[in-house]
Amino acid sequence: MKKSLLLLFLVVILATLPLITQQGTEFGGADGEAEEAITKIHPEYKPWFNSIWEPPGAETESLLFALQAAIGAGFIGYFIGVMKQRNKQTKQELAEKSKHVTH
Amino acid sequence: MKRTNWKIIYFVILLLFVPKRALAMHIMEGFLPIEWAIFWWAVTLPFLILGYRSIRSKVRVNPETKMILGLSGAFVFILSALKIPSVTGSSSHPTGVGLGSILFGPLAMSVVGSIVLLFQAVLLAHGGLTTLGANAFSMAVCGPFIAYFVFKGATKLGWSFSLAVFLAAAFGDLGTYVVTSVQLALAFPSEVGGFMASFSKFAGIFALTQIPLAISEGLLTVVVMNFLKKYNLGELKLLRVLSKEAR
Repeated sequence: MKKSLLLLFLVVILATLPLITQQGTEFGGADGEAEEAITKIHPEYKPWFNSIWEPPGAETESLLFALQAAIGAGFIGYFIGVMKQRNKQTKQELAEKSKHVTH
Repeated sequence: MKRTNWKIIYFVILLLFVPKRALAMHIMEGFLPIEWAIFWWAVTLPFLILGYRSIRSKVRVNPETKMILGLSGAFVFILSALKIPSVTGSSSHPTGVGLGSILFGPLAMSVVGSIVLLFQAVLLAHGGLTTLGANAFSMAVCGPFIAYFVFKGATKLGWSFSLAVFLAAAFGDLGTYVVTSVQLALAFPSEVGGFMASFSKFAGIFALTQIPLAISEGLLTVVVMNFLKKYNLGELKLLRVLSKEAR
């Protein structure tokens, strides 16, 4: 448990350090920017296939990304709960069994 | 005519990315020439079929491992949704496929990873359907296989379980980006220096951004694996994740 917290803390540091060391950047994902810039500099270029649906704006996109993370996190939380409960139960059963044996 | 077009596009892309610019991980919709898009789809398809079979047989033999498969998928879902800032001043996201590759084998993850990529391509316009074959090959085929072999290798060398898990997840993550660089370099070879020149450019950009994220993914995978070791020892043994010494 302590080890896990330490590792999670390291991850947080790895993610926040760039925010301090790299000032004056928006940390863009760059693929959208690049797409825009390519069509701006090279207007005759057209990607031969376009996304069948695109989120209308940054808000909707962030909603969907948050949803994706939430689904993942939700299941992981459920998993941890189920497994801890199962662990408790088997321990109890073992304890009861050993009681019967000794009596 | 078409060829020169692609060469121009390639140089435009290069010029854009040289000053501290990194591509997001997935190749954008329509941004691979059609012949390459078809090629990568053809390469990936057999892995998907084998992966589906692998999952089906593993779940049939050990139905109690279904929850672990769900966890592997959930881990990919959450990690590939997190766009994390990196030292290069741009953001990228981890892949999360290392965990499932160690648990269920690389073939199973080709299916799980592709499902996540499909979700992102259809709902988020992140990556694309035409480039899904290429993106799945890098993230859902190569990443898992690298992770799997690194884990097996490190275990064989007698390194600790946690270290093996960390290295597997981190290199699987990093390897995905190296493969993406190869794919882009193959599709857009440099006029001077050809494939190698553009590969070193793309890889230089990708690898730098990804290194801290690969470390993060390694650490997170160790955290989850430690939990599994504590509460799911039975399943880990069924899936033959733990070597004899570690048991």
